[in-house]
Amino acid sequence: MSRLEVKLPGLLMKNPVMPASGCFGFGQEYAKFYDLNRLGAICVKAVTVEQRAGNPTPRVAETPGGMLNAIGLQNPGLEHVLEHELPWLEKFDTPIVVNIAGNVPEDYKEVARQISKVKNVNAIELNISCPNVKEGGIAFGTSASTAANLTEQVKAVSNVPVYVKLSPNVTDIVEIAKAVEGAGADGLSMINTLLGMRIDLKTGQPILANRTGGLSGAGIKPVAIRMIHDVSQVVNIPIIGMGGIFEVDDILEFMMAGASAVAVGTANFVDPFACPNLIDGLETRMDELGIDTLSSIVGRSSALCNSNR
Amino acid sequence: MTMRTEDMKITEQKEVAPKIFKVTLSGELAIALKSPGQFIHVQVDKGIDPMLRRPLSICDVNLEKEELTLIYRVEGKGTKLLSEKNIGDSVNVLGPLGEGFPIENVKENDTCLLVGGGVGIPPLYYLAKKLTNKGAKVITILGFRNAGDIFLEEEFAQLGEVIITTEDGSKGIKGFVTNAFKGLSYDVFYTCGPKGMLRAVESEAVTAGFISLEERMGCGVGACLACVCDYTEPNTETGKTYAKICSDGPVFKAGEVRI
Repeated sequence: MSRLEVKLPGLLMKNPVMPASGCFGFGQEYAKFYDLNRLGAICVKAVTVEQRAGNPTPRVAETPGGMLNAIGLQNPGLEHVLEHELPWLEKFDTPIVVNIAGNVPEDYKEVARQISKVKNVNAIELNISCPNVKEGGIAFGTSASTAANLTEQVKAVSNVPVYVKLSPNVTDIVEIAKAVEGAGADGLSMINTLLGMRIDLKTGQPILANRTGGLSGAGIKPVAIRMIHDVSQVVNIPIIGMGGIFEVDDILEFMMAGASAVAVGTANFVDPFACPNLIDGLETRMDELGIDTLSSIVGRSSALCNSNR
Repeated sequence: MTMRTEDMKITEQKEVAPKIFKVTLSGELAIALKSPGQFIHVQVDKGIDPMLRRPLSICDVNLEKEELTLIYRVEGKGTKLLSEKNIGDSVNVLGPLGEGFPIENVKENDTCLLVGGGVGIPPLYYLAKKLTNKGAKVITILGFRNAGDIFLEEEFAQLGEVIITTEDGSKGIKGFVTNAFKGLSYDVFYTCGPKGMLRAVESEAVTAGFISLEERMGCGVGACLACVCDYTEPNTETGKTYAKICSDGPVFKAGEVRI
C-alpha cells in the first residue's frame, strides 16, 4: 500500500484528494489542465432526474477568505449525464462519485437506481444539504428522521455505496450523522456550505439574486474540522472531509480530525491546478511531520471502520 | 494546450481616466490569444481577501514583445489591489479564456460598427486593429458618462471614424450610444458594455452582430456555473438551454442569448 493510498467503501483511492461536487463540473473543463487520473477520485456535479436551470444571476459573491454561491443545482439532467458525461469519464481509471439530488424521495431513488448501475460509477453522494433550492436539498438534511428515511430508501435501490453529504446548518450534526449511519449510509461527506448573505451597499439589496447562498472557502475550515471531529467520535463509517481546503496542511488537519479522504472545492476556482498541486505536496510535508502513511493519521471513525472491514 | 496559468510581470501601469487604469503584462501567455474579445482571469494577490480571480478583458496584444494590455476600472477590492501594483510586480494570470469576436466572415472594405460603453470599450480596441488589418473599415461609437471619463479616443481614431457620446452631453452627442446610430450604414456590428446598452444596441442595429457579456465569475473555465445566461432558443448543436458566459462566451451572436 502506497503512503498516500486510502481505502473507503467503493473507493480505492491512490491519494486522498478528490474535487468536491459542484466545483468541478463533470471533469471536462479541468481535463484541459491536467490528467484526471492524478486525482484520488472524481466527485461530479449534482444530478437530478430532469434538467435544471438553476438560479438567476448573480450567483456568486465574495467574502474575505470565502465566497457565497447560489447556483441552484443547475445540471443537464439524468438522461444527459448517462448518455454523455459518464461515458466521457470512462477513459479515466480513477473512481467516480456521483452527487444526486431531487425534490422528493422518488427523484433521489430514480437517479440512484439508474446511476448506480453505470459501470464506472463507484459511489453515490446523497445531497441532503444544498442550501440553494426551494425544494429538496437541505430540506432533507436538517431533520435526523427525514435524513435517515431518505438514506434508507436510496440505499435500498443503490448498487454502490452511498455517502450522505451533511449540512452544517443544523443544531446538532452528530445526531443527524448517527441517524443516517443507522439508516445504512456507507460513509459521510461533510460539510456542505454554510448559509450566508451579503448586501450591496449601493442598492441595499442582497448581492445574490437568490438572496442567500452557501459560504465556502478557507474561512469555513474550522467549522468543518470541529464537525468532523465531533462526528468521527461517534460513527463507525468513514468521512470524506471538505470545507476550505487550500493547502497541504489542511488535508492533514482534516484527516487528523477524522476524515478518511478529502474533497477540494473552492480552491479549484482560484487555481485550476489546486488538486494536483496539493497531491504533489503531500509526501514532502508528511516527511517533515514524520508521518509514514496517511492511513495512520486518520481519526477514530476511520480506524474503527478499517478494523471492521 | 493554450489555456494556462502564468505569473506575468507588470511592465506598465497608469491611470488613463479617473479610476480607469491601463496595465501591461508581460509573459508567454500573451501569444496564446486566439481572438479579440477573449479575457484573462487575474489573481491580483496571493492573499484570501479577495480570494477569487478577476475576469478582465484584453485591450491589446503585442505578439513580438509578448505583452497584453488591459484597461480596467477600479470598482472594488480586487481592482484596487491591482491598481496598486508597480512595474516589476507579478500577478498570476489564467487564460486566455472564452470565445472572442469572430472576424472570419468580414471581407475587405466591409464596414464594421463597434459600439462600446465604459469598461466595455477596451476589448473592442484589439478587435478594431484586427479588423483594419483585414482591410475592413471601422466606425466606433464610444459611450461615457461625461467628458472627463473619456479614454482610448485617440487610439480608435487612428483606426477609423470615432463618435463619442456622453450621458451629460459634455462632449460629442448627448445621451446614449444608440443616439449616434442615425444615418450610419454598416455590414456587421460588435458591441460590449453594460446590459442595458447591449439590449438597446441589439434592438437598434439593422444588421447581424455580436455582443460581449460580463458577469460575476467563479472559476472562469466553465466548471462552476456561476456565470450563465439563457439561450433564446435551445442551442441547435447541443440542445442546451443555457450558455456559460466564461467558456461559451463572453461573445455571442446578437439575439442568441437573453440579456
